[in-house]
Amino acid sequence: MTATAHAASAPARTDPKVVLEAKGVIMRFGGLVAVDDVDMVVREGEIVGLIGPNGAGKTTFFNCLTGMYKPTEGTVTFEGSVLPPKPRAVVKAGMARTFQNIRLFGNMTALENVMVGRYCRTSAMALTSIVRGPKFRHEEAATRQRAQELLDFVGLGRTTEHLARNLPYGDQRRLEIARALATDPKLLLLDEPTAGMNPKETQETMDLIFKIRDSGLAVVVIEHDMRFIFTLCDRVLCLVRGALLVEGSPATVQSDPRVIEAYIGTGPDAPAPTPTAERPAVSLSKEEQA
Amino acid sequence: MNTSTLPNGARGTTAVTVSRPSMQWYLTLAGVVLLIVGSLLSWCYDEGVLGNVSLNVNPGPIQVFMIVIAVLTLFFLLLRGGLFPVLDRLLDSARALRALGATATAFMVAVVIVIALQTSGLANADPGVFVALVGAALITWGSWSLASDPTVDPVSVHMRGWVDILVIVALLAIVLFGAAYALGQEDGTVFVLFLSVLGGVSLALARSGLFSWIRVIAQRHRQVLMLGAFAVAFLFPFTQNGSDANMSIATQVIIFATTALGLNIVVGLAGLLDLGYIAFLGAGAYVGATLSYSAFATIHWKPPFIVVMIIGACVSATLGLIIGTPTLRVSGDYLAIVTLAFGEIFRLAMFNLDGNNGPNLTRGPNGIPAIPDLEFFGFNFGDTHDIFGIPINRFGNYYFFLLVVAAIIILVFTRLNNSRIGRGWVAIREDEKAAEAMGVNTFGLKLFAFAGGAFLAGLAGTVKAHQDVSVTPDQYVFLESAFLLAAIVLGGMGTVAGVLIGATILKLLPEKLRFVSDYRLLIFGLLLVLIMRFRPEGLVASHRRQLEFHEEDTELAEHVEHAHLEATAGSEGTA
Ligand SMILES: Nc1ncnc2c1ncn2[C@@H]1O[C@H](COP(=O)(O)OP(=O)(O)O)[C@@H](O)[C@H]1O
Ligand SMILES: [Mg+2]
Repeated sequence: MTATAHAASAPARTDPKVVLEAKGVIMRFGGLVAVDDVDMVVREGEIVGLIGPNGAGKTTFFNCLTGMYKPTEGTVTFEGSVLPPKPRAVVKAGMARTFQNIRLFGNMTALENVMVGRYCRTSAMALTSIVRGPKFRHEEAATRQRAQELLDFVGLGRTTEHLARNLPYGDQRRLEIARALATDPKLLLLDEPTAGMNPKETQETMDLIFKIRDSGLAVVVIEHDMRFIFTLCDRVLCLVRGALLVEGSPATVQSDPRVIEAYIGTGPDAPAPTPTAERPAVSLSKEEQA
Repeated sequence: MNTSTLPNGARGTTAVTVSRPSMQWYLTLAGVVLLIVGSLLSWCYDEGVLGNVSLNVNPGPIQVFMIVIAVLTLFFLLLRGGLFPVLDRLLDSARALRALGATATAFMVAVVIVIALQTSGLANADPGVFVALVGAALITWGSWSLASDPTVDPVSVHMRGWVDILVIVALLAIVLFGAAYALGQEDGTVFVLFLSVLGGVSLALARSGLFSWIRVIAQRHRQVLMLGAFAVAFLFPFTQNGSDANMSIATQVIIFATTALGLNIVVGLAGLLDLGYIAFLGAGAYVGATLSYSAFATIHWKPPFIVVMIIGACVSATLGLIIGTPTLRVSGDYLAIVTLAFGEIFRLAMFNLDGNNGPNLTRGPNGIPAIPDLEFFGFNFGDTHDIFGIPINRFGNYYFFLLVVAAIIILVFTRLNNSRIGRGWVAIREDEKAAEAMGVNTFGLKLFAFAGGAFLAGLAGTVKAHQDVSVTPDQYVFLESAFLLAAIVLGGMGTVAGVLIGATILKLLPEKLRFVSDYRLLIFGLLLVLIMRFRPEGLVASHRRQLEFHEEDTELAEHVEHAHLEATAGSEGTA
């Protein structure tokens, strides 16, 4: 098992509170086991990386966590209570996500997109909306203001009134983050947040994720850009063919021969690479993965 | 500021500023003069053709249309001549002139043909018709080679507020008198010709960019437009002088439009395809009928009408919940099928609840006749009342009452649209899975739209029962649901103005024109095919819907965004 690496790093400090705990998550599609008995723990203020070759089941695992798929087996516990496999309940509990293939509301403005994110934290119902009393107007104004703040936070303050579909690619990814943040999450799940970005945008995204973490959120990131992952994360999990292969600090995972093997796809009896030989794996960029 | 860099900003590529009127300009002017003179002369010896065009200096209706076209042409010519520089920047006169010329010519050719056919040969034609024909041809010829003149995007032009409001008032006045005039025409041919002239003139104005300007103005002064439109609708009965025929049509139109507005919440806002909406109207109508003072009413409890309205609405909404709860959880196609079936089930159920097959509630195919008129505090809707010396008859009374119901539904529609719920609906239409993942209660919002739409239909249904006097199952067949949907698609999904226009067209044409009502399925089918092909977002497009129908059109998206930016900048400036 992977316990060796984990056990070495975990009990050393006094652990912060566990936010998310996934236990024995299995997701089968017919004969295919997309996620195979994966455990994951995320603690407060932590940035966790999730890596693995294409088709390893990372996105499927996110879908299981957020209730978009109902896992075949296993439980997801958020802050001590088991989450039902319902996206809305998951968001309400405090876990929000972005999508690998951007899923913004293209014909809405940036601000409106973020305001939709506020839906679950606001309550105006039909009659309130029709009568438009002071409570309704207050809530609308607050929603608008919070959305604007979040756009400023992710650096899109000047594109408030632009249609989401007109935004450049990098801005669309950031807008998705702002929309997820609008749900007041405690844990943010990012599915390949830098896919398609240039180095400068990637750096900005990294800064943004640090900023989000510093504001008190835990973050789980799926990425293929190894440099990005190993700089950003406190802990890294590597999935291969649905199963958890390695878990540990970036340094441990980086130097684990099985990870490199999984990425380059060398045979099982190939010589274990030395730390220097591992460079190509580390610099495996998204172009190759795309 | 440099507006030429804006998307859709400069239309023409040849930026010619006309300093001195050209040859073509004078040619067109001559055409205008000939058209007016020709239209003031007699066109035909026979009085019976085209609603009498046989008098000199006393133009018949068709000749009046031609004079209107000529005057419009003159207006655009003067614009071209540099008389109103501000408007000239907004409107492309060359395009408008070409469209007007084409309309006038086509029209005059049609007139000559009609005269030849109806009076056996052209022997009966008077010189006037040929003078007018030549005039029309000259306008076409002259305007054809006029250079298109560049215009600016109307969103970047800010005129004084009162100018905008004046335009709105003028527009609404034209609508009011146009409607009164059109309805006053007894002759079917004249009515058709009126419609075709209207079509041609609208085309011309659309080509000139007038409509996009008006659209910008309307968006800037939404409240004024709403109040104005309501005032026009309110004033309409006073132009009818107690005429039963037209007020009956108007009442039919308004109940149809009210129902379509309710359905528009379901279809236009929530994006749900409801093919059985008429059943909810029917449920309300049956509640209204069975609880009425009719001798045939099957329930012998007579609550005040306001209570009946609420019961009718609630019964409809409950049906909506029963249908919606299981079906809205699954994908959209199922809803269409289930609502289609529900419409049929409703009709058959009403048909069979006659005492033989079940309890006697609806008296089966006989329906519930002789429903008395409404009465509020001694005000009987069946009586004629004089207001400002103008008699307002039974239809007028219902018309005003339904106007209030329509206003309520419009209020509900617009306020829901601009709220948390409205944003949720848009998000669902855009990407339901993503909306759900962002915490939007997709099922709840869809169910609310569906049942809420049913509620409003039930409300309208209770009034309809009294207005129709009798309620029978065959008034609530699938075809009616299809027409409601057609009104929405034709007018513009998700808009109030569009649905009102669509509903008016669809209800007015068959009432006014025999041949349209004989072939109405064919004609409306063709109309819908054309709309779907050339303007899928409908006659009046909501920006959002337009974008949804043109996902690939980046230019449109940029244009809409530009308009939106201008609008928000404007509102921040004034606030
Ligand atoms: N809804 C689904 N139905 C069937 N197979 C699926 C479904 N979603 C994902 N898969 C399969 O599960 C595997 C893992 O996919 P995914 O989670 O997208 O990988 P990753 O995000 O790590 O690249 C793939 O083989 C994919 O084809
Ligand atoms: Mg993936």
